[in-house]
Amino acid sequence: MSTIENPTREKRPAARHVVARADEIVPGASRLVHVEGRDIAIFNVAGEFMAIANRCPHEGADLCKGKLVSLFESDEPGVVRLSRHGELVRCPWHGWEFDLRSGKSWCDPARTKVKSYDVAVEHGARLIEGTYRAEVFKISVDDDYLVLEL
Amino acid sequence: MSTMSETHTKMARFETAGAIDCDVHPPTPRRADLLPYLDDYWQEIVTSREVDVLELMGYPERTRPYMRPDWTWSGDPLAQMQENLLDPLGLEGAILNVVSGAHALFDPYLAAAICRATNDWLADKWLSRDSRLRASMLVPFQNVEAAVEEIERRADDKRFVQVLTLAMTELPLGRRTYWPIYEAAEKYGLPIGIHAGSNFRHAPSHSGFHSFLIEDHVVQPQGFSTQVASLISEGVFVKYPKLKAVMIESGVTWMPALMWRMSKDWRGTRIEVPWVKDAPADIIRRHIRMTSQPFDGPDDVEDVAKTLDHLLSDDMLLFSSDYPHWHFEGLDVLPEGLPEAKVNKILRDNVLATYPRFGG
Repeated sequence: MSTIENPTREKRPAARHVVARADEIVPGASRLVHVEGRDIAIFNVAGEFMAIANRCPHEGADLCKGKLVSLFESDEPGVVRLSRHGELVRCPWHGWEFDLRSGKSWCDPARTKVKSYDVAVEHGARLIEGTYRAEVFKISVDDDYLVLEL
Repeated sequence: MSTMSETHTKMARFETAGAIDCDVHPPTPRRADLLPYLDDYWQEIVTSREVDVLELMGYPERTRPYMRPDWTWSGDPLAQMQENLLDPLGLEGAILNVVSGAHALFDPYLAAAICRATNDWLADKWLSRDSRLRASMLVPFQNVEAAVEEIERRADDKRFVQVLTLAMTELPLGRRTYWPIYEAAEKYGLPIGIHAGSNFRHAPSHSGFHSFLIEDHVVQPQGFSTQVASLISEGVFVKYPKLKAVMIESGVTWMPALMWRMSKDWRGTRIEVPWVKDAPADIIRRHIRMTSQPFDGPDDVEDVAKTLDHLLSDDMLLFSSDYPHWHFEGLDVLPEGLPEAKVNKILRDNVLATYPRFGG
């Protein structure tokens, strides 16, 4: 069997999309953004921005509406360790926890995963305009904008 | 001359020689049986208070339908058991379970005295008369301190291989109140045997008391499910990782449904019980065992293997006859449709892996 010549499709470099102004999403809050046809939930975790696919892989609930929780671990009934403050989101429907850094479900990491995206905060001057229509929001070069890579 | 029935002729589907039967019932001892093992005070108390028939409502042992016409019912109950069960099946061992009012007594001190006397009676009248026999020890869950003392007292007697309680109890069995019992049980290699039945601290159903016997049979798996969920959620197997619990006379096929439901719902409720680090189904496969009679199987025997496959484990099922209950005909003691490849594990290997004291 011969290999079909595939016209070289250049792997598109990750585009950088302006999705929000950083100060619009306060610590502990979230925002749903639409980038290239995808719904992405962005969270502000104590000043650090994290983004995951909005759709819960279980039944499709909006993860952007979920509450942020810390990681709860225990080796002894009744004695609980708290770490990674607010870095997990609990799905608003069935309470599954997803790690905002990896997108992994805490209970069943092998089977259930939400895509996580890189989010960076960059200065307005270095922005490439993306899906987010910056003009609408009157961007000024001095403000900090959220940029999403996709 | 007795009437010929199927019980006389039905042959064993599988060879049972060398098997170990995990649920065999001697008659519940009455006052006259226990008096020699009670001290002066308790002898007077049980006599003046007319404590005699220690029969649980849920286990009416003299109910006719349970008694097989081809089995011997007169004379020495051990001789009957040998003739009806141990000899014809060629059993290597059998575990005696006394399901008695001792589980239900309100007086915590009387309960301790009756449990202790029952264990002495088992050792004296049963275990010492047939080396194939082992027993579950009765301990008063109503009096945890005395229960631990009783376990300590019997620890060196390896013929006691398990601690016995019921499917429906005063509190869910996972509660910390009972942990000293589990600590001692784990220390001495004693699984917790959870036998069908209730001590009637609560109505047996979650909607109150039912009217008919058939309903009593139906509520048992709900009692077992509650206990398994409690043991896992409260973290008993985290605290006592070597402990096992054996569901005795539970019916078996309710278990996959519990595994599915609990594993599914655990994903969303895990933050309440973060010490439950694995899917409950995995914990169940490691720590929970079930005896094989009675067996609630699908009508089509071809589907029995499929049903058992849902457990995703060949380690969970332990052979039992539930003697003298009439669950099988002739010597055909194993449920129809069991896959042949699993039978040896069920008859013996799983039993020895569950009861470390069996080897002595």
